[in-house]
Amino acid sequence: MQLDARIPGGPLAEKWDRHRFELKLVNPANKRKFEIIVVGTGLAGASASATLAELGYNVKTFCLQDSPRRAHSIAAQGGINAAKNYPGDGDSIWRLFYDTIKGGDFRAREANVYRLAQISNNIIDQCVAQGVPFAREYGGLLANRSFGGAQVERTFYARGQTGQQLLLGAYSALMRQVAAGKVKVYPRREMMDLVLVDGSARGIVVRNLITGEMESHAAHAVILATGGYGNAYFLSTMAMSSNVSAIWRAHKKGAYFSHPSFVQIHPTCIPVHGTYQSKLTLMSESLRNDGRVWVPDRAGDKRSPNDIPESERDYLLERKYPSFGNLVPRDVASRSAKEVCDQGKGIGPTGFAIYLDFKDAIERDGIDVIRKKYGNLFQMYERITGEDPYKTPMMIYPAIHYTMGGLWVDYNLMSTIPGLFVLGEANFSDHGSNRLGASALMQGLSDGYFVIPYTIGGYLAGTVLPEVDEAHPSFEDSIKLMNEGIAKLLSIKGSRTVDDFHRELGHILWEYGGMSRNESGMLKAKELILGLREQFWENVMVSGSPGEFNQTLERAGRVADFLEFAELLIEDGMSREESCGCHFNEAFQTEDHEALRNDDSCCYVAAWEFNGPGKAPTLHKEPLVFENVELAQRSYK
Amino acid sequence: MSENINLTLKIWRQKGPNDKGHLETHEARDISTDMSFLEMLDVVNEQLTVEGKDPVSFDHDCREGICGMCGTVINGLAHGPERGTTLCQLHMRHFKDGDTIVIEPWRARPFRIIKDLVVDRSSFDEIIQAGGYVSVNTGQAPEANSIPVPPEWAELAMDAAACIGCGACVAACPNASAMLFVGAKISQLALLPQGKPEAAKRALSMLRKMDELDFGNCSNETECEAVCPKEISITNIARFNREFLVASFGSSEK
Repeated sequence: MQLDARIPGGPLAEKWDRHRFELKLVNPANKRKFEIIVVGTGLAGASASATLAELGYNVKTFCLQDSPRRAHSIAAQGGINAAKNYPGDGDSIWRLFYDTIKGGDFRAREANVYRLAQISNNIIDQCVAQGVPFAREYGGLLANRSFGGAQVERTFYARGQTGQQLLLGAYSALMRQVAAGKVKVYPRREMMDLVLVDGSARGIVVRNLITGEMESHAAHAVILATGGYGNAYFLSTMAMSSNVSAIWRAHKKGAYFSHPSFVQIHPTCIPVHGTYQSKLTLMSESLRNDGRVWVPDRAGDKRSPNDIPESERDYLLERKYPSFGNLVPRDVASRSAKEVCDQGKGIGPTGFAIYLDFKDAIERDGIDVIRKKYGNLFQMYERITGEDPYKTPMMIYPAIHYTMGGLWVDYNLMSTIPGLFVLGEANFSDHGSNRLGASALMQGLSDGYFVIPYTIGGYLAGTVLPEVDEAHPSFEDSIKLMNEGIAKLLSIKGSRTVDDFHRELGHILWEYGGMSRNESGMLKAKELILGLREQFWENVMVSGSPGEFNQTLERAGRVADFLEFAELLIEDGMSREESCGCHFNEAFQTEDHEALRNDDSCCYVAAWEFNGPGKAPTLHKEPLVFENVELAQRSYK
Repeated sequence: MSENINLTLKIWRQKGPNDKGHLETHEARDISTDMSFLEMLDVVNEQLTVEGKDPVSFDHDCREGICGMCGTVINGLAHGPERGTTLCQLHMRHFKDGDTIVIEPWRARPFRIIKDLVVDRSSFDEIIQAGGYVSVNTGQAPEANSIPVPPEWAELAMDAAACIGCGACVAACPNASAMLFVGAKISQLALLPQGKPEAAKRALSMLRKMDELDFGNCSNETECEAVCPKEISITNIARFNREFLVASFGSSEK
C-alpha cells in the first residue's frame, strides 16, 4: 500500500485554511445520524468527545477508569505552549513551529507541526473561557514562563498542575454534553478489539471490567485516544493502567505503527530505589529553570553534597552547553546524565542519580520565591524520598516518560484503516523523535478540539457507509476470539506472576532499547523478548475467573500485548540507521557524542505493517519533505 | 534511612455489591519503609497470587497523587494518617514494625462497593453533569486576555480547582455529605468572571442533584477538610452557601 499523508498543497501557512475549505461538510441536520466512538478520555479523547457532541454527532466514549476525569493527562505538571507572544519576547507561530520541528530533530511533518503552532492560540482562548485557572500577572493578565528548551516565555501554567486543570476543563465540557444527551460515557471498559466491516472501522468490542462481560458497540467511525505505551518498560512515569493494547490490537487489524522506538526519557525523575517499585515519579522540567545539575568531579566521591566544594563539582550541562545550560532538550539532558553515571560519577545508593541543586537560586531569589514557584513539587519530593530539597540537593535520574511513536495517521489524523482516527499521544504525528516540554498538552487538545471535528466530517460526508449494527456477525466473531484469548490466559496456571514477567520485559527494554542503543544489544533484546514471550504463555499465573472484576486478568492481557509489541519497538530501532532525538544508536554519533542524523537515507516516517503472528512485519517509508526549514545539526551549545 | 518492617493487615474482603463482607487478616513481611502504601499492597497481592488465593482488589492509577482513583480508610482515617496525602503518596516510613493496620473501603450510601476496596463513585460525575461547567462550545471563546482575572481570585479559584474527586470527604463525613466536593467546584467557577452568568443556576442545580443522589447534609463536622488530600478548605462550603442564598432569593432561577 502506498502511504498518502494527504498534505494539502499551497504555502505552509495557508494549508490548514485551505484544507478546511476543501473538506466536505456534513449538513447540521445530518450530523445526528452519525455515531462516533471515542476510546480514551484524556485531553485528546475528552476534548474530541465534547466538541463532536456540540456539533451534533452522537458520541459514545469509553475509558478504563471509574471516571473520565482520571486519565493520565491529569498528571502533566509543567504547562502548555502557545504562540501568543504576550511577553513580546520574539515569539510567533513560525518560531513555535520551528522550535518544535527542530526539537523533534527533523523527523515530523512540516504541515502537521505548523498547524499545531497555529492552533496553539485557540487552545488557550478555549481553556480560559472554560474557567481553567491559569496563573496570572498582577494586572490580571495571563502569566508565561520559559520551559524545556525554549528561549522565549510561551508556556501557560496552573501551578504544577496544568494537565489536571486542562483535563478537568475538557472533562467538564464532556459532562455538559452527557447532560445534554449527546454523549454516553462507558467507564470501566477496556477496548479488546477493533471491528472492521468491509475494511472500514465500524465498531469495537469492550470488556466490562466490573462484570467481565464482552460488549459490542457499532459506529460510523472510531477514534482512538488511548495514550502512550511507555509502560512496556515496566517502570515509567505513566499511570499503572496505561497500555499499548488498544492501538496494538488496531495495528493487528491493519493500522500501520510508526516509530515505536521513539520513546522519550525524561531527565528529571526521582531515581529508582527498590525492586518492589511500581512506578517512577516525574519532577517537573520547570525545575531546571532554577535548579543546577551537577555531579562530583571525581568518580566514587561519596561525600555528602553539601561537603563537596564548588571547585570539585561538575555542572555538566552548563559546561557542555553554555548557551542553553540546564535548559537543553530532554533527550540531550538525559543522555548527559547517563554518560556521567556510566563514568562512575553518579550519586546516591545506586550510583544512578545526579544532583539538581537549588542552593544558588534560593540565595539569589530568597526561599519564599522558590517556594511559591515549586512548593508543591518540593513537597512531593520530600513525601516520596523523606529528604528536604530546600536543604539538600534533589537527586534525579532519567525515566521513561512519553512515547512519540504511535499509529501512523495522515494529515486528517486517519490511520491506514478507513474510519479509524487516532489522536494525542496514541498517534505518531507531531513530535518527531523528541517532544519538547509543554507540547503534549498542546497536541492532545489541538487534535481533539480543533482538528478532528473538521476532518472527521470530511470523511463522513465523503464516504458511503452501509448501515451496520451490533448484530453484524463481525462482532460475534470478535467476541468469540477475545473470550478464547482470556480463557487461554486463565488456563495456563503457571508459577510466575504477571508483574514478574512485566518487570523482566522492562529490564530488557531499558537495558537494550533505552537511552543508548547498539546493534548487538538490540539483537540480543529481540532474542530475550521472544524467549520471555514463550515462557509467558507457558508459565504465567492468572488467578480468578473471566466473569468478574479481575485486575490480574486485566494486567495479564496488557502484558501479553507488550510482549508482542516490544519486538516491534526493537525492530524499529534496528532499522533506523542513524541517531536522532531520543533514538541514540552508538554507531552514529559526533566526536562530542551528540546524535548524528543521516538525512540522506533516514529522512522518512517509518510505518510498520503487521503480517500475522510470528511473521516479520513490513516497513513502509513515507518520505519527509522539508520545504520551509533547513535541516540543521541540532546544536544547543 | 530505609528499614524493613513486619505488619499485620486486616483487609475488608467483599466479593460483590450484594455479598456480605468481612475483615481478613494477612501478614505483610519485610516491607521496606521506602515503599508506598500501594506498593505494600502489591507485595501482599503477589504473595496471595503465588499461594493461589484471590488478590485484594483496590483502585489506583497515576500513583502520584493527582488522578483521585485510589483511596481507602486506614485505621479509621480516609487516606491514612498523613495530612494532605493521597493513599498512593503515603509511605510506609509512617508505620512502625509490628503495627496492625485496618484497611476498609470508602463507606457512604451513594458509593456502592464493587469488590473489596473498590467503590462506585459515578455519582460525582452526575453532580458535575448538573452544572459543574461553563457553557462554552469549542470555537466560541474570546481572546484569552480579554478577560483579566485579579491574581488573588485566580489563586483562590485554583485552590478550589485542585480537588481530585477522590471521595475522601464523603467517606469521612458522618452524614456522607458531598458539600466539600460540590463547594469546591461552585467556588472555582463563582470566583472567575467566566463562571458568573450561570452561577445561580449552577448552585441550585448541583445542590438539588446532590440531594437526589442521597448524599447527606453538612452539619459542620469539618472531617472533610481534615482528610482532604488536596487540603481544600471548608471556606468553599461557606462560599457555596452564599451562592445558594443569592441564587434562591436574589435570582429568577428555580
